[in-house]
Amino acid sequence: MDVLNRRTVEEKIFKLFMIVSICIVIGSLVIIFGLVIINGASSISIEMITQTPTPGNALGGGILNAIIGSLLLALPATGLACIIGIGIALYLQKEFSHPGFANFIRFTLDVLWGIPSIVYGIFCLMIMIALGMGSSLLVGIFALTLLEIPIITRYMDEAIKMVPIGLKESAFSLGSTKFETAIRIVRRQAFPGILAGILLGLGRGIGDAASILFTAGFSNRIPTSLFDSTAALPTMIFNLYSLPSGQPKAYAAAFILLVVVLLISIISRVLSKRFMKHVIR
Amino acid sequence: MNKRKLRDLIGTKLMLIATLFVSLLFFLIFVLLLFRSGLVLQDNSLFDILFSSTWNPDNSQFGLAPIIIGTILVTGIALLIAIPISLLSAIYIAEYAPWKIRRILRPFIDVLAGVPSVVYGLCAFLFLVPLTKDVIAPWFGVQSTGLCIFTAAVILAVMVFPIIISLCIESFNAVPLALKEASLSVGATKWETVKKVVFRASTPSVIAAILLGFGRAFGETIAINMVIGGIPRIPSSVFSPGETLASLIASKYGELMSIPVHESALMLVALILFVVVLVFNILGVFILRRAKRRWTY
Repeated sequence: MDVLNRRTVEEKIFKLFMIVSICIVIGSLVIIFGLVIINGASSISIEMITQTPTPGNALGGGILNAIIGSLLLALPATGLACIIGIGIALYLQKEFSHPGFANFIRFTLDVLWGIPSIVYGIFCLMIMIALGMGSSLLVGIFALTLLEIPIITRYMDEAIKMVPIGLKESAFSLGSTKFETAIRIVRRQAFPGILAGILLGLGRGIGDAASILFTAGFSNRIPTSLFDSTAALPTMIFNLYSLPSGQPKAYAAAFILLVVVLLISIISRVLSKRFMKHVIR
Repeated sequence: MNKRKLRDLIGTKLMLIATLFVSLLFFLIFVLLLFRSGLVLQDNSLFDILFSSTWNPDNSQFGLAPIIIGTILVTGIALLIAIPISLLSAIYIAEYAPWKIRRILRPFIDVLAGVPSVVYGLCAFLFLVPLTKDVIAPWFGVQSTGLCIFTAAVILAVMVFPIIISLCIESFNAVPLALKEASLSVGATKWETVKKVVFRASTPSVIAAILLGFGRAFGETIAINMVIGGIPRIPSSVFSPGETLASLIASKYGELMSIPVHESALMLVALILFVVVLVFNILGVFILRRAKRRWTY
C-alpha cells in the first residue's frame, strides 16, 4: 500500500508539473500575440498601409515601402528557391543518384539549414562587394534564396521519399523516362508535402531580418529597379523598435507579419487538403 | 523518341547542376570565410583571439572570450528553461490532454513556430525588458537596465518552445500503442509508462529535437541583438549586458566593414558560427546512429 501511494503521488506531482509548464508555454505565447494584436490593431490605419514615409521624416507617413519591399524580396526568392529545391529533391531519389551521395547532400542541406541567417547575409555581402555592387533588392533576393533552399528542399525530399515505389515502377513499365516519371508522377504524388515546404520557406523568408539587414539595405522609397536598396517589414521593425515615436510603425509591421504567418498556415492547410484529392493512396 | 531522350538528358543534367550547386555553396561559404578571416589571424594567433578577454578593435584587440562566454550563457540558460518545459508540455499534449484541447493546441503551436524572430524581439523589448528591470532583477537584489543576458535567454527559450514541442509530440505519437498498453497492463501508472516506455522509445527523436532547438538558439541574431545590451565584456551576473557571436556581427558590421582587419575579425566570428553548426550536425548524426542502435524495439 505504501509503495502504491508513492507511485500515485509521483503521478500527481508530475501531472501538476505538466500543467504548470503548459500554462507557461501558453501564457508566454498569449502575451506575445496579445501585445502584437492589441498594439498593432491600435496603430494600424489606412494611411499606415497606403503611404510611404514622408520625405525628410522617416517616422511620418506609413509603411507601404516596407510591405512592398517584403513582397518583392520574399516572393521571387521563394520562386527561385522552389525551382532549385525541386530539382535537388527529385535528384536525391534512388534512380538518379547513389544513396551515399544522396545522404551526403542531405547532410549538407541540414548543415545549411542550421547556419545562422546572418552568415548568409555576410556571405552575400562579400560577393556583392567583390562584384562592385551596392546593397540592393537583387542581393537581398539572392540572400533569401540561399536561406530558403535548404528548408524547402528538405521538406520536398521528405514528401518525395514517401512516394510508393510501385507508382514509379508502373510509370517506367509504360515506357516513360526517368525525368518524365520524376516531373509528372512523383511531383504530383508528393505535391501536398511540396506545397507545405514552399509555404514554410516563404514564411521563413518574409520574416527573416538578419540576412537582408546589410544586403537589401534600407530606403524610404519603393524600389523602382533591381539595383535599388529597399526596406522590408523585419528590417523596418529592427530600425524603429528602440525609438518610442517609431514604435507604432514597428507594431504595425509586426502585426502585418503575424497576419501573414497566420494566413500562410491557413492556406497551407486548405490547399494541402485540396491537393490530397489527386494523391493516389 | 529522340526528343524525349534529349529532354530526359537535359532535365537530369539540370537537376544534377542544382544539386552540385548546393554542395558547392557549402564549401564556398566555408572557404570564403576562411580566406577572409586570414587577415586577422596573421597578426593574432587563434588561441589569443579565442581566450583573450578584451574586444577593442580600435586597439587591434580582438579577444572573443567575453562574447563566447555570453553565447554559452545565453544558449545554455535558454535550453535549461526550454527543455524541461517543452518536454513536459509535449507529454501532456501527446498523452494526457483531452482530445478537444489537443486539436486546438497542435495548429496553435505550429503557427508559433513560424512567427518571425523579430516579432519575438519586439515583444521582449517592450514587455520583458521593463519587467526584468522593475520586478525580476530587484527580486534577486540586483540593479539592471533590463537589457541583459537573462532577458535574451528567456525570449530565446520562448522561441525554442514550439520547435521542440511539435517535434516531440510527433515522436511520442509514433510510439506503438502496443508498447504503452503492455506497460499499462502489467500495472504501471500512466506516468511510469511515459517515463519508462514512451521516453525510452523516442529518445533518438527527442535528442534530434533538442539539437534542432539548440541550433535555432545558437544562431539567433536579431531578437537577441534587440535585448542583450550589446556590450562585449565578461558578464558579472546574468543580469548584466553581454553579447553573442551572431548578434556581434549584426551590431558591429556596419561600423567595422571599412577597415579590412576589423572586417576580417567579424569574418572569423562568422566562421566560428559555421564550424560550430557543422560540428553539432556531425555529432547529431553520430548520437542518433548510436541511440537508434541502443533503443530499438
